Order: sequence, then structure tokens, then C-alpha cells
Amino acid sequence: MQAFHLAQPTMLLDALAIGNAADTKFIAGGTDLMQLLKDNVETPAQLVDLEGVGLSQIRADASGLRLEAMARMSDVAAHLDVRAQWPVIAQALEASASPQVRNMGTIGGNLLQRTRCGYFRDTGFNCNKREPGSGCPAIAGENRMLAILGGSDHCIATHASDLAVALTALDAVLELRRAGDAPRQVPITEFYRLPGTTPQIETVLRPGEMITAVIVPPSAAARNSHYLKLRDRASFEFALVSAAVALDVRDGTGRDIRVAAGGVGTRPWRLPEVEAALRGKKLNDDALREASSRAGEGARPAGQNAFKQILLRRAVLRTLQTASA
Amino acid sequence: MSPNVTRRVVLAATAGGLVLHERIGRADDTTPAPPSALPQKAIDVELRVNGSRFPLNIDPRTSLLDALREQAGLTGTKKGCDRGACGACTVHIDGRRVLSCLTLAARCQGKAITTIEGLNAGEDLHPVQTAFLHHDGFQCGYCTPGQIMSGAALIKEGHDGSDAEIREWMSGNICRCGAYPNIVAAIRDASREG
Repeated sequence: MQAFHLAQPTMLLDALAIGNAADTKFIAGGTDLMQLLKDNVETPAQLVDLEGVGLSQIRADASGLRLEAMARMSDVAAHLDVRAQWPVIAQALEASASPQVRNMGTIGGNLLQRTRCGYFRDTGFNCNKREPGSGCPAIAGENRMLAILGGSDHCIATHASDLAVALTALDAVLELRRAGDAPRQVPITEFYRLPGTTPQIETVLRPGEMITAVIVPPSAAARNSHYLKLRDRASFEFALVSAAVALDVRDGTGRDIRVAAGGVGTRPWRLPEVEAALRGKKLNDDALREASSRAGEGARPAGQNAFKQILLRRAVLRTLQTASA
Repeated sequence: MSPNVTRRVVLAATAGGLVLHERIGRADDTTPAPPSALPQKAIDVELRVNGSRFPLNIDPRTSLLDALREQAGLTGTKKGCDRGACGACTVHIDGRRVLSCLTLAARCQGKAITTIEGLNAGEDLHPVQTAFLHHDGFQCGYCTPGQIMSGAALIKEGHDGSDAEIREWMSGNICRCGAYPNIVAAIRDASREG
């Protein structure tokens, strides 16, 4: 771990002002950043500790859900309104990491965790995300865990957050703040960037900008939502494939249908082709199977990860069946 | 061997143990600071552990795990992976189980930290400790302090409704000897007592 200066402000405005400095990173729960610091993947000159700024409220009312960025994963997952009105969020969080990590990890930090691609996390290898232009050994290498959707010739790293998949299905909006700027809101579907030729730029966050809150609208579909995570072991593991589904079904007909997937894309992946195949249709088993078979159109497997195409369709089908039962 | 030689001194004195001690015991096994780094200075922090106060002057990089083991002298908390994957370093902060290897000690000022040494006040064992003895919930014992800290928290959280629930909520604690059946039995028993 390289040396850093630790700033510990007690006001959000001070944290934002300090966070505007060069070579500076915010630290929230620290569960991912500490690993990256220990392995010299991240080498900031300064850390801004957000522990003292508050920003940990969870508020649910008729207008929707507002999760402040420093709310802990475990507190959000246990919140009774979240479990009742947005169950896919609680399920995605409880499928994440371990109980200890969920007690530490925050909502904002979870959304900004870095990829689990082994080449990114080992400074002994080249990686375009860590060292732009150095090359991507994953594309012709160990890519079983990596993306089949959204990749480029420069990067096929998956996004690791389960929460982000659930929020993508629910059309959540992120509130962003930076010193000297008015707060702005960005839909989560526009927050993460595809790698293209610049995989080191992962989001639309500007330098010094932070996520201050996540806003989730209420809906009938959100109340009937479900998360399925498939992984190499039963618990405490990242997804091979995951699916988040929110369904509003009336008289057997699909009104509002949202489907997103994790573990398959370079960012949380919405599946409009599946949604379109079900909207306004009777949601019988044949319709669910036909729609699921469209999941992952345009996938480009790298080799070892080709199994994810089939697993994705099956995960989507199972989750649709669960949510429509 | 003198009776007051601790297990740790023996570990450090054997050749393999010396390497282990060096490898796992240092917070500063790093390359030098980049020229861009701001002036580096040690930080004063007072840790409140098991009801005692430990005023420390530490490098900001120091993990809570290293501060507990190397500076406070509380070696019950174990370093396994040092990356948040094994749970051996589990402690309670303000009543919640967390990983001390992924916690900067400098961020713990003013918080109540409980380690395996302070899980139960006085000489009596905590019910989870007693149950681990009764059910032989360990083989080598290295993961055991973390398992017990996690198990005690799990019961307080109310995640002890079934064996399946106990297994899921203990998934953050790895036992490479594979004592899982006995660990689950111990926690199930201890939860009935509480």
C-alpha cells in the first residue's frame, strides 16, 4: 500500500471541496478500496473519509425511495419498506458479499466498486482499465467470468454489483454532487459507460464528483420484483449470471415489465428485447419461454464465457416465472 | 521452555514461523510513497477495545487488524487472507460484525470495538465459545475467533431460525479444515440457550 494523506471532514461541503483535489479518492465503507490499495491497484495521494459527513438516511414514502450514499447495505436490506415495496433491492443486497461486508459496505460505494477481472486486480498483468493502452490479456485469456455483452477490443470486464442490476430494472436515478456545482440527477441507465476505447472511464462522474443519493420511483412492478443470482458456490460469491425482474401483471397480461441482468455485461444490462416480447401479452409459460430466448441478443462471447448465453436465458426465464407466479 | 513463553513467541522463533510472522505482521510492506503524495504523518487515534483505551500513534495505512495485533497486543483476532474473503479477522464495531482487515484503524476513533478477548466480560466463556468446545467446532483453530465473533453476532441479529439460515449467514467465515457441520451445531445450540 502506498502512503496517503487521510482527510476526515465532518461536513459534506468540506468533503466535496477536499475531494476536488488531484489524485484524491473518497472512501466510504472501504470494502473494495482497501483491497485495491493493498494490491497497489489504487495509489491515491489522499483519501477523503466520508464516515463523518452523515448521509446515511433511508427514506421511503409515497413519492418513492431515497437512499443516501452512506446508508449501509445491511440496513437497506433489512428496511421493512424496502422489503415490501422494492423487494428486488433487498434480495440483490442480501445476495451480495457476506454479512460482515454488508455491515460495512455502502450504497454509493457498492455502485462504484471496481470489476473483479483478475487481470485488473493483479498489477503483474497488463490491463487497459488500470493502465490505458497496455492491452487486455483477458480477451484471449482467462475470461470465464467476463462479459458477453458490451465489450470492446479493449476490455470485457463485467460490472460486479448486484444492487446496480436491481436499480437498473427499477429505473433508479442517481443524485450526484461536486464542489461548486448544483446537484444533478442521472438515470442509472446512463450512469455507466461502455468500455469502448477508454475502459478506464467507467461512469459519467466528473473529477471530484460523488454519488450522494439513489432515488427509486414507486410502482406496481417494483412491488412485484425478484432477484436471482447464479454463482459457483451457494453464497459469498460474485455472479456468473443474475437477473432482476419487475412485473405488473393485470388479468394475466403484462403491463409494466422490466428485466435486467448481471454478470453478463460490461455494465448492468437491461434487456429491452425481453420486455418488448412480453408487454401487453398474456404471460403464460410459452410466452415467458419465447421472450427469455431473446435475452442477450448481440452477445459476443470470448471463449470460456460462452456458457453465459444459455445460462442468461434460463436465469431470465426462471426469474420471470417466479415473479409472474 | 519457560511456562510464560507464549504461543506467539514460539511461532516467531521457528524458521517457518518467522517468515509467517514477517509476512502477516506488517502494515508497511510497501513501495515508497510517490513524490506526489502529501506530507505523510502519523496519526493519533485512541482505540476503545473491550472497554479499555489504547492511545496509538499510527501510520494512516494501518488496518484495525494490525493495530489490534501489533500495537494493542490483542492477538486473538487472526489474519487470514487480509483481503476480506475469509472472515478470520471478524470483530464487532458498535455491536456489528465487521472485517478488521478492511477497516482503517484511523477511522475507528470513538467507536466501541469488541474482540474475541472481550466477547464475554470476566472469566466465564460466552455461550457460543462453550458450544464450540462442546461440539468440537474446530480443528486447527485458526478461523475460530472469527467464527465465534460472527456466530455471536448472527444470534443477536436473529438469523438463527434454521440450519440453512445459519449456514447462509455464516458464509463470510471460511474454515479450510471443514469443521462446518460442528460449527453450525454449536451456533444452533448456543442460540437455543440465548
